[in-house]
Amino acid sequence: MDARQQSLQELQQIKNMMERSSKFISLSGISGIAAGICALAGVWFASQKINYHVNGDYNLSKIKDESQVSLQNDLLLIALLTFLAALISSFLFTYLRSKRTGIPLWGTTTYRLLWNIGIPLAAGGLFLIRSMQLEHYELIAPGCLIFYGLALVNASKYTLGEVRFLGYGQIVLGIINLWMIGYGLYFWAAGFGLLHIIYGIMMWYKYERVSKGINND
Amino acid sequence: MNNPIENLNKTFDSRVRLGIMSTLMVNDQINFNDLKQLIGVTDGNLASHIKALEEIGYLKVNKGFVGKKTNTTYTITKSGERTFQQHLTALERMIKTTK
Repeated sequence: MDARQQSLQELQQIKNMMERSSKFISLSGISGIAAGICALAGVWFASQKINYHVNGDYNLSKIKDESQVSLQNDLLLIALLTFLAALISSFLFTYLRSKRTGIPLWGTTTYRLLWNIGIPLAAGGLFLIRSMQLEHYELIAPGCLIFYGLALVNASKYTLGEVRFLGYGQIVLGIINLWMIGYGLYFWAAGFGLLHIIYGIMMWYKYERVSKGINND
Repeated sequence: MNNPIENLNKTFDSRVRLGIMSTLMVNDQINFNDLKQLIGVTDGNLASHIKALEEIGYLKVNKGFVGKKTNTTYTITKSGERTFQQHLTALERMIKTTK
């Protein structure tokens, strides 16, 4: 092996160590796809429910009869189940990937990533709970997208950098949604569903398609 | 033109030292166990390389406590950072100049 080859290999080793030690790189693209599919399923169930109750009016704040409470509870339940399903399935594929690459799932980088996702999400969650208490239901859909997007942008420093672009997408959708109140479900389908799936496919294509390579860029 | 290999730092010849320095470059500090897991070496091996790097002055050892357990962490020194950067530049030049 000549000197050039050796240097190239050494630089690659250095880059690999730097990434492994500072970033959570086991995040699997399939996790994104799975979360997206869960979101689409959730949106579908929710839209069925809303249609059943009020014939296609997506604006929750306009629902003013006694069925409102039961609809609200149903929707919250759907949202919760969707979230859990997305969380579990995305965890599963990332777990499988970390097994394959031999990088432990739980470590300093994981902790750092979760903490940095957690702060914007927790703040956003409280904000949205309070919005619901004040009956500003119209803020829930855009709020979820915006705070989730901010969490992703913040987290991108601690995991695959491309997560940043997923975050930008969610924020933009959330902001547009602020001026298109009543179409929240469509924006959720686009943001939590389609964007996740597109992102997941791209990440899978870039990092995981070649089963042995982590960095082939 | 002089031989590009001259600029390569002999201290970083070993895979373990290279690993320690790369890790310290991108982390404010790191503890022994994380380092061990990342590089995949035995305690003794890692400890001896850390000691060597400490003696040259490329890294600093901080002894601290988490509860009652000792928690030793390592940080890179200014001179370590500079030397490693030079090493990286030398490697890059090697790749560009030799064909």
